[in-house]
Amino acid sequence: MDARRENEPTMKIQNPTTVERKGERELVVTRTFDAPARIVFEAWTKPELFKRWWVPKSMGMSLVSFEADIRAGGSYRLVFSLDGGKTTVPFFGKYLEVTPHSRLVWSNEENPEGAAISTVTFTEKGGKTLLVLSELHPSKASCDGGIDAAEGLREQFGQLDELLVTLG
Amino acid sequence: MVQYTRAQIDASFAALSDATRRGVLERLGLADASITDLAEKFDMTLTGMKKHVAILEEAGLVITEKVGRVRTCRLGRRRLEDATGWIERYRQLWDARFDELDRVVEELKHKEKDDGRKKRE
Repeated sequence: MDARRENEPTMKIQNPTTVERKGERELVVTRTFDAPARIVFEAWTKPELFKRWWVPKSMGMSLVSFEADIRAGGSYRLVFSLDGGKTTVPFFGKYLEVTPHSRLVWSNEENPEGAAISTVTFTEKGGKTLLVLSELHPSKASCDGGIDAAEGLREQFGQLDELLVTLG
Repeated sequence: MVQYTRAQIDASFAALSDATRRGVLERLGLADASITDLAEKFDMTLTGMKKHVAILEEAGLVITEKVGRVRTCRLGRRRLEDATGWIERYRQLWDARFDELDRVVEELKHKEKDDGRKKRE
């Protein structure tokens, strides 16, 4: 399969990704995929496939582990690594709704200030799939930068901000 | 899964998660410095320091400029609370992620076509 793929045109034009802020606590991301919804849904819900795209290489991070029981009430746990493994960051929560090929809802419970809820819908039209992902945060502050997802981090960023103000 | 709106996951977080890099920012707050200067100050190899600076640069926290054979580093002016910049970075993260998802989706599409062909044969 790989050999055949190499013969295909490599300059595939990517569909645009848009982000819109709705109100104080919600961010909405949209993107169209040139494939039926069942395929996009499969790539999202099969752990071995999910692991291949959730942590894009350009972020300078890697995925240490991902465990998921993808059904309503099932939980998941993701661990990222920064700095080649010196620092790891866990993310975890539960799937609240899993409707094949059309909708997934999960909670993000790593923030001690309250869970954020993510909802992704897959809408197929003419063989393409419109993906809409909403992230509903527990507070405006969390939505604003999530810069305070963890207290330690808030402190770190606060310190840096102070530093930048002083230096600016 | 993950809230990309959160600091842990964006480049700034990665950049700030390391004590050396925070030290480099403080240092550059005092004066611009070459990568060689910084490597000496932090007692590390040039290659090691280059990597740290590249991460800070990617996060927009540091700007570098090469004059002759010397690469000088200074603090970037990007403020962390800059809302527009923040949403754009958030968008870029999802865009990068979805580009990768696109690859997986294309592969599945081809696989399905191949399987269909085999069945008909």
